[in-house]
Amino acid sequence: MGFPHPSHPRETPLLTRHFGEPEARTLDGWKKRGGYQALEKALAMKPAEIVDIVKESGLRGRGGAGFPTGLKWSFMKPGDGKPHYLCCNADESEPGTFKDREVMRWTPHGLVEGCAIGAYAIGAETTYIYIRGEFTEPLLRMDRAVREAYDAGILGANAMGTGKRIDIHVHKGAGAYICGEETALMESLEGRRGNPRIKPPFPAVSGVFGQPTTINNVETLAAVPEILMKGAAWYKAMSLSNPKSTGTKLYSVCGNIRRPGTYEVVMGFPFKDFLHEVCGGALDGRKLKAVIPGGASVPIQTMEEAEATLMDYEGFVAQGSMLGSGGVIVIDDAQSMVAVIARLARFFAHESCGQCTQCREGTAWTTKIVERIRDGYGTMEDLDTLVEIGENMTGTTICVLSDSCAVPVMSGIRKFRSEFESLIHGKRVHSVLSAVA
Amino acid sequence: MAEKKMVSLTIEGRPVTVPDGTSILEAAKVAGILIPHYCYHPGLPVAGVCRMCLVEVEKAPKLAASCATSVAEGQVVHVHSERALEARKGVLEFLLINHPLDCPICDQSGECELQDYTYQEGRADSRYRDPKRFNPVEDFGGDVLYVPNRCILCTRCVRFMDDVAHETVLNVSERGDRALIGKFEGKDLTHPWSGNVVDLCPVGALLSKDFLNKARAWELDRVASICPSCSQGCNITIETRDSQVARLKPRPNEDVNKFFMCDYGRLNYRWMNRTDRAELPLVRTEGVLRSIDWDVAIHAAASLLHDARTFVLASPMLSNEALHLLSRIMQRNGGAGAFRVATGEEAPLAGVEDLALRRDRAANVNGAQMFGFQRSERPLESMRDGDVLVIADDDLTGIGADELARASQVIVIGTTLPDAASGASVLLPIANFSEEEGTFTNLRGRVQRFMQARPAPGLARPSWLVLGDLLGALGEQDSFYLPSDVFARIASSYPAFSGLSYESLGMRGLPVLDSETAGAAR
Repeated sequence: MGFPHPSHPRETPLLTRHFGEPEARTLDGWKKRGGYQALEKALAMKPAEIVDIVKESGLRGRGGAGFPTGLKWSFMKPGDGKPHYLCCNADESEPGTFKDREVMRWTPHGLVEGCAIGAYAIGAETTYIYIRGEFTEPLLRMDRAVREAYDAGILGANAMGTGKRIDIHVHKGAGAYICGEETALMESLEGRRGNPRIKPPFPAVSGVFGQPTTINNVETLAAVPEILMKGAAWYKAMSLSNPKSTGTKLYSVCGNIRRPGTYEVVMGFPFKDFLHEVCGGALDGRKLKAVIPGGASVPIQTMEEAEATLMDYEGFVAQGSMLGSGGVIVIDDAQSMVAVIARLARFFAHESCGQCTQCREGTAWTTKIVERIRDGYGTMEDLDTLVEIGENMTGTTICVLSDSCAVPVMSGIRKFRSEFESLIHGKRVHSVLSAVA
Repeated sequence: MAEKKMVSLTIEGRPVTVPDGTSILEAAKVAGILIPHYCYHPGLPVAGVCRMCLVEVEKAPKLAASCATSVAEGQVVHVHSERALEARKGVLEFLLINHPLDCPICDQSGECELQDYTYQEGRADSRYRDPKRFNPVEDFGGDVLYVPNRCILCTRCVRFMDDVAHETVLNVSERGDRALIGKFEGKDLTHPWSGNVVDLCPVGALLSKDFLNKARAWELDRVASICPSCSQGCNITIETRDSQVARLKPRPNEDVNKFFMCDYGRLNYRWMNRTDRAELPLVRTEGVLRSIDWDVAIHAAASLLHDARTFVLASPMLSNEALHLLSRIMQRNGGAGAFRVATGEEAPLAGVEDLALRRDRAANVNGAQMFGFQRSERPLESMRDGDVLVIADDDLTGIGADELARASQVIVIGTTLPDAASGASVLLPIANFSEEEGTFTNLRGRVQRFMQARPAPGLARPSWLVLGDLLGALGEQDSFYLPSDVFARIASSYPAFSGLSYESLGMRGLPVLDSETAGAAR
């Protein structure tokens, strides 16, 4: 549903169907809605069977990279004599993204159940839910849900009376965007500074505390109980376009749009209909100009590209962007693209951990130049410099934050060059709003 | 030990075979190619953060950080391909945008890796037009000063303190472009080995207060040597300016000190420059010490020694060569010898096995013992009344003239004439450790060479030459033209040294044979 708006008939509410129902947050309310049946079913199965079902369903990581979840789980070799860990990445810090926040606010038990199933499937006795520090309400909800589940014997040394051990800990982050990067998250979880690690070794080999670890996004894990209850074939069938993208996807829509909120549609839904119909289109008297479809770190789409997009992993790539986290930022003609890009660059410069040279220096330098252009002091050489800095920042660092900063800048210059040029040449083409950034 | 799997690859068209698990950067060194790098250091854990060592690996989509990428069979690596050069040029530009171009007043200038690689493959100009980042200079305690503006955040210093010294003092504070090296609350770089962070720093961000503004790197002359400050025998480089020792730097030796030296040894060099030296041979005539030709002085000393029982008070700072020659005088005259050692607290470097600032604060304690000198707190106690006393570079601290009075004659062979020995009959001035060549035997029995770093003052001569001449004047047949001749004599006389020569020792040294294998040929 398009929370906080009433559900649109073209949506497919699966994870969002209990949004707005305070009762669903409680254990009783969740059980009344069919909760924890999937976990019961899972605990009666062999772990490998669960992995196979998830593989079969075609579920892919919802955090941004889109790695097949079942395949990721199968990297965790059972019986290697090491403790396994499951981490639920709830450090949702991508600008424009707030879908996981809503999942945790309204259906915390759905996530607990998903985590428990995932943990059982990969042979992990311990699960950490790493929640962004600024998420005070979701933290409270998750904490309460986990406590309720322990009290009810769903979690603990004897999970649901099966004699299997499943522990879930809620961990509060301390306010760093970079801790959403999986290896930085693990560093942070271990009590160190949240710096991304060099890969390899990958988390499945050496993750939290040097042990095999799987990291999944909130939305990914929350989808697992549904798949287990209704079957892989049912989930797989939910695809309007490419069979490689299956199921439903949550989108958090914000910016210059009539009905911002969290929406859930099936993979392959036309982006044009989504924006204009489901989300209500542009505000009165405005025209949509651009969309950042997957959180701040994906390339900006022009409206022509956006309207030609089918909403799935491949569809966004085909139209010059990425599905990313599903944080749709809509920009209309009242905004200066330069101001938007300057704000994004400033964000990345602020959040860079500062390990790698290109990122530490590049994000800050980019910000200085874009802000200079925004303020009317730019030169044409600055545009070339920006593109070259962007190229040097791409694909050369430990994690992709550096690339993420370069992406909106480079795509913005490519697609909205005239706006940069008119600011450089001293023409103000936009309304007062452009100065607010 | 099981044979390690070997991997063959091609780097810049040159085939190399290295053990599995080696990094591309290390493999390239084997192939004779230096891949530019900052954060990587062979003595520290890999960080992979400077991104300077990017190279192109065929069939890999992205450039690889060669310090953090292991070699693979059949890999083809291009270090100087256009793509790799472009990427490294980009890194250098990023490193320089906030780096003050204050090379003319920077101590690191001339030995700065940022300078070197920028000249090698960086841009000639900068496109940066904004103000540079500024942070004030900070005193890190100990001998270390931090200049954050020059810092490139390679984190070598942080990793040295954490992973080698095992004392968490430094950290990376703040993040993004605000990041800088910080100290933990209430901590200072007072660890006895913390001075190494200055050597590890690839730029001029960490400076030695002792060396601050003292000399430009290109004015220094460098000579391979051994640290004389304790019995560990760390390999060092003596760096002199106008023949004055300006600083000591560690010299890598995998078997002794890896890449490090302690602060005590590093800063204990001023005595090498002291100017109140014995510069002329002196002989007492008519009750007064008068300067005289070397030949006359040597013969004067020989005539005193000729038939007399001799007691030698030696210094454990003397070379094996000098100690050997002294022991021969002892043997010839039926005397004895003793030495004393200054001691202090042992200070180990936790992350390196068998590396410490040792209790014995002298270079050649082991050598002195091997050549038959008795270690004693009161070395003169074993002297018999009426012995001829040879004081071989002991400074007589704490020993009074009355104690020397038991000797019939006193001959001083030393770098100075101590007050207590002002009644000596002969003074033969010798070069100090930094002014001559020789070898030391460290506490693990490793024999290591040191070279001459500066000229001896006045007419002072190397100790081995003076003692060799003295032996000759006493009728011994050997003649020594070079310290290596003396060492060859040692090798032929002592089973423990058999087979060793200056050539085989090289600049990294070799252990002496233990008593069991000493008999067998090396």
